[in-house]
Amino acid sequence: MSDTVITVENLGKKYIIGHQKQEKYTALRDVITNGVKSIFTPNSQNQNSQEEFWALNDISFEIKQGDRVGIIGRNGAGKSTLLKVLSRITEPTKGQIKIKGRVASLLEVGTGFHPELTGRENIFLNGAILGMGKIEIKKKFDEIVAFAEVEKFLDTPVKRYSSGMYVRLAFAVAAHLEPEILVVDEVLAVGDAAFQKKCLGKMQDVANKEGKTVLFVSHNMGTVQQLCTSSIFLDRGQVVTFDNVEQVVAKYLHFTSIETSTQTNLKRTGNKKIIFKDFYTSDRSGKFSNIFSMGDDIYINFTLYFQEIIKEPVVAIQIKNHLNEQFAHLINLDDDFHIKPINKGDFNQIKVKIPKVFLSPSQYILELWVGENMNIACDYIYDCMSIEIIQSNKIKRLTPYPSHLKIFLNSEWEQIA
Amino acid sequence: MISNPPELIIEAGRTERQYWQDLWRYRELFYFLAWRDILVRYKQTIIGMAWALIRPFLTMVVFTVIFGKIAKLPTEGDAPYAIMVFAAMLPWQFFSNSLSGCSNSLITNANLVSKVYFPRLIVPTSAVVVSFVDFMISGMILLGLMIWYNFVPSWRIITLPLFISIAFAASMGVGLWLASLNVQYRDFRYVVPFIIQFGLYISPVGFSSNVVSEQWRLLYSLNPMVGVIDGFRWAILGGESNLYLPGFLLSLALVLVLLFSGISYFRKMERTFADVI
Repeated sequence: MSDTVITVENLGKKYIIGHQKQEKYTALRDVITNGVKSIFTPNSQNQNSQEEFWALNDISFEIKQGDRVGIIGRNGAGKSTLLKVLSRITEPTKGQIKIKGRVASLLEVGTGFHPELTGRENIFLNGAILGMGKIEIKKKFDEIVAFAEVEKFLDTPVKRYSSGMYVRLAFAVAAHLEPEILVVDEVLAVGDAAFQKKCLGKMQDVANKEGKTVLFVSHNMGTVQQLCTSSIFLDRGQVVTFDNVEQVVAKYLHFTSIETSTQTNLKRTGNKKIIFKDFYTSDRSGKFSNIFSMGDDIYINFTLYFQEIIKEPVVAIQIKNHLNEQFAHLINLDDDFHIKPINKGDFNQIKVKIPKVFLSPSQYILELWVGENMNIACDYIYDCMSIEIIQSNKIKRLTPYPSHLKIFLNSEWEQIA
Repeated sequence: MISNPPELIIEAGRTERQYWQDLWRYRELFYFLAWRDILVRYKQTIIGMAWALIRPFLTMVVFTVIFGKIAKLPTEGDAPYAIMVFAAMLPWQFFSNSLSGCSNSLITNANLVSKVYFPRLIVPTSAVVVSFVDFMISGMILLGLMIWYNFVPSWRIITLPLFISIAFAASMGVGLWLASLNVQYRDFRYVVPFIIQFGLYISPVGFSSNVVSEQWRLLYSLNPMVGVIDGFRWAILGGESNLYLPGFLLSLALVLVLLFSGISYFRKMERTFADVI
């Protein structure tokens, strides 16, 4: 097809990882001593101390003109290696990539910035490194400075910049590149919320208005969903799914949550008179789900197993974020709900509905607690479930909801005069 | 919208035909990297660029005193000893600065090498360009010396650009070898200062290569810098300074071998730079 801009076929990238050898780099000494050793011991032990590691293993996909593709996967899945190979920083071990058009990659913010140089000098230097010509940079200079909001400090060495200014300037230069294909690795994770929003907006502009192809790596599912049309889910160097973004993100979250729920090493405390079993979050139908739109109803399902009869047990659910900040605490007594076991060995299956959750888009962690009363814990499972809240069309604004905000409040607007 | 963009194919072990085109496309980066290094070098110094003059000048004074006055070695023809020393100091400083700059260039730019694509050849080349700027600045001292001693060079001075390009080739050749070896084996970080220190004494910098007896002359020319320095003296001193032709040609051949093998070795190693650096 004519509008395919990137074709990847059976791509593989192999690294040799050494064991036992602790040196970070090869020293000539080792090459010589190993060489001498291998003369005396023909079946050298060398082979054993090295292991092949396929960071990318037999990857194939096609990307079309104007696609915005999010690449997701856990740490070490091969996302960054894929970007490095695509942007020609490192060579593949096997396979082939065909690319039509100029590729600009932004794998790190501020690559090539020199701390001693002033902001002005660094704009030129960084631009040249990223592949812009001097004339092109001059033309965009004002735009870059305005975007970065550093007018006042243009002639100050960047080593005296605040880290925020530094990042803003670096992103601004990169954002004004005009390649046909833009490759971006998790660079939006830096800067404050307002700037992140600005960056995201800029990237959306690049993709929407200019019809550029964008490849974007992120761990933030919300961002991926907003920015991308399709997504590649990588795991252990292989493509798990390549589909439209909603499906891939859902699959990814499902995949990671299964991994965590099957974890047997969840931290638990308590006297075990009552224990939790089969806990999961779901949608209304009871089908497992851990990705919710803002304003969705969230259902939490669990079973209580009574090893002893406790008359008035209290169940608590705690919601916190990944920084361990607590957001909410719910107990059955809030709803005047009483749990009534009849026999020892009973299983009480319970469903909790939390209607219209307007937490802002992010990842949240749930904890379950059950006690004989408010004070004596029977079973407390730390960090037992995680959910992701994403922005959807339930809120009408088109821009991302600022991530530093904690909750969203519904508001009703009317003109009265 | 995009009218038939060129298709780029990335494959294992493929020597991209585009490499030299890319080198041309990124030509401004040569300038920018060199410009950065020059700008940065004299930041937060009081006398700034004057350092580029003071260092070679003092070395020249020391050499003139030790070899010319104390050891009483002969000069070439009737040229003042100081000028003879300086005619050799120029290419030698260029060579040694290039060597140390080149060999460390990839390591000091490791963040660039592992995060951005551009033809890697640019990095060591701009290190040589930086030394070349120093070379031009030091050249002013030579002019000053000529005026001081009332020394008028002969027509041969117009051949100087030829010898400068040989010096360039020698610096690039050895520099590329060291740069690519240094990425893989950091031992060369320690080897290079030694080569430079040692090279100063086995190259005819402080003395004329006529001091070396005739039967050793050809062997002596195995040091590529011998040919370069002799060439510089021949061009600058004029008059009775003679070029030992077989030796010069041997040096020249060696320089070319170093240059081309250096480029091809660098190109071969370049592919794995990002992985091993």
